[in-house]
Amino acid sequence: MSKTIVELKNVYKKYDDGFTALKNISFKLQEGEFYTLLGPSGCGKTTILQSIAGFTEVTSGQVLFDGKKINDIPANKRQLNTVFQDYALFPNMNVFDNVAFGLVVHNAKKDEIKTRVHDALKMVQLEQYANREISELSGGQQQRIAIARAIVNRPKVLLLDEPLSALDAKLRKDMQYELRELQQNLGITFLFVTHDQEEALAMSDEIFVMNKGEILQNGSPVDIYDEPINHFVADFIGESNIIPGKMVADYQVAFLGHQFECADAGMRPNEPVEVVIRPEDLVITTPEQGKLQVKVDTQLFRGDYYEILAYDKAGNEWLIHSTNASTDDAIVGLTFGPNDMHIMRYNETEAKFNHRLESYED
Amino acid sequence: MKRNYRGLFFTPYVLWLAMFVIAPVALIIYYSFFNIHHHFTFANYQEFFSSGTYLTMTANSVLYAFLITLFAILISYPMALVISKLKHRDLWILLVILPTWINLLLKAYAFIGLLSHDGLVNDLFQFFGIPAQHMLFTDASFILVAAYIQIPFMILPIYNSLTDISDSYIRASRDLGATKWQTLTKVIIPMTMPGIKSGIQIVFIPSLSLFMLSRLIGGNKVITLGTAVEEHFLTTMNWGMGSTIGVVLIISMVIVMLLTNTKRKRRRTS
Repeated sequence: MSKTIVELKNVYKKYDDGFTALKNISFKLQEGEFYTLLGPSGCGKTTILQSIAGFTEVTSGQVLFDGKKINDIPANKRQLNTVFQDYALFPNMNVFDNVAFGLVVHNAKKDEIKTRVHDALKMVQLEQYANREISELSGGQQQRIAIARAIVNRPKVLLLDEPLSALDAKLRKDMQYELRELQQNLGITFLFVTHDQEEALAMSDEIFVMNKGEILQNGSPVDIYDEPINHFVADFIGESNIIPGKMVADYQVAFLGHQFECADAGMRPNEPVEVVIRPEDLVITTPEQGKLQVKVDTQLFRGDYYEILAYDKAGNEWLIHSTNASTDDAIVGLTFGPNDMHIMRYNETEAKFNHRLESYED
Repeated sequence: MKRNYRGLFFTPYVLWLAMFVIAPVALIIYYSFFNIHHHFTFANYQEFFSSGTYLTMTANSVLYAFLITLFAILISYPMALVISKLKHRDLWILLVILPTWINLLLKAYAFIGLLSHDGLVNDLFQFFGIPAQHMLFTDASFILVAAYIQIPFMILPIYNSLTDISDSYIRASRDLGATKWQTLTKVIIPMTMPGIKSGIQIVFIPSLSLFMLSRLIGGNKVITLGTAVEEHFLTTMNWGMGSTIGVVLIISMVIVMLLTNTKRKRRRTS
């Protein structure tokens, strides 16, 4: 049913000073899906967006749109639109003229411009703002106008470059719902760039996690959260406790001097690994009942949970999310089930990782 | 205490303003109501607005200033656009500013040398087999030299407003499907309008009263209001009439300022 709309094949981007911004990037985007490029600043996610939009030339590799190579097609001839981080709304035009811009430059008829601008403004719930000046709008309203301006040309793909980063926390959350809803109403592909893992997890069908010009892992938000491929991804997506350990045998892992049953397999016997346990999967209990004993160091009240920082005897830091407060300096036990642990091998490629997962998961 | 200090710092400026701006303007207005025999009269204004000579002169001045400004814009805008895209743009802007450090009179004499009958330009023409042209003391040469002198003052404000435009506006325009030309006419030029307007203010107003150039390059064939002021003050000694022309010039400057004033934050309350 779904069809590939954008594809990158072995794309490299090198700058004159020798810096490589993109290293062998390949991926496919399907029609009507919400994708997110997630990574720290400088990881190359915006460079990917710009190479698809046509603002930067790739050094080698192919950028395909709807099956055709678009490497040499100028930005104004590409059937996709961008929502910019700073919105880039033209200050010399009012809201209507901004939204109409894409139609005016294509010499659309006046009536058509009027109805389509109205429709686009309705999509972002600002239809009564057509005659306002840009300077009269709040940040959230400017954001919506930028989206309306980008969708008025009915692109097949909408590129969004960290569009929520300038908004306050409450508004950002609201906009996450709205963007997701808008994407589903329009039925077009969204490629969203962000460094905020919460945004990525909340909105995406699929996430590409990037670091240093490479895609480390792609998958659904749940896959990436539950089964990160390596230390970087585990650490970047959500909070996690990462402890070095040893894979004794399939479904048996040892760390901190104990052996535990786990849900991972397919590794060499006695292979050194890293074990990830999410803070919300740790349950505080009495020292006797716990699988591990830790000493509570500090607690922070986060509103919906307590964030408890504790240390085990080996000096490892443990982050625990709990609905109940603990006592400072108390020795407590921690329990967790086999499924709460996720085992990561060192230097495993994404292909091998996926292959191994498939070999023992049905 | 602080207030006293502020007043102290302000004094030189206020004194300067009073002595060299307010007093001369007041004196010009005052003199414009006196005839050559030091009698109070409105006759100067009556004469100015009823005499064909003065009105033609005014029209000529406006026309020349308009042409000078127009050519200055036509040359400066593309130049500023190119410089703003260059790698070492600060150096290029320095080269643009450089000629303004040279005295106007020196530049005028340099042009006389270039444009005269045996000058460099005619030598070049003859080299290519074109007969020597009579260029000096023509309207065209006057406008050319005046525009040349004004160009740096036009480029600077335009260049500044161009470099103020964030790249993302240009990307947004291209992204929405605009060609390079559409981006220039619909986004870049409207967004640099404040720069163009201040360029016009800086160039048009002084161009109304260029008298030295009109004499040296225009060969007194070009008579502007500036020339008339000079004549009245230095030759006919009719200070009243000279002042009247001065007042007319001041008023026309105010009009230009009002016309080119950037209306900021319009429709703020609606």
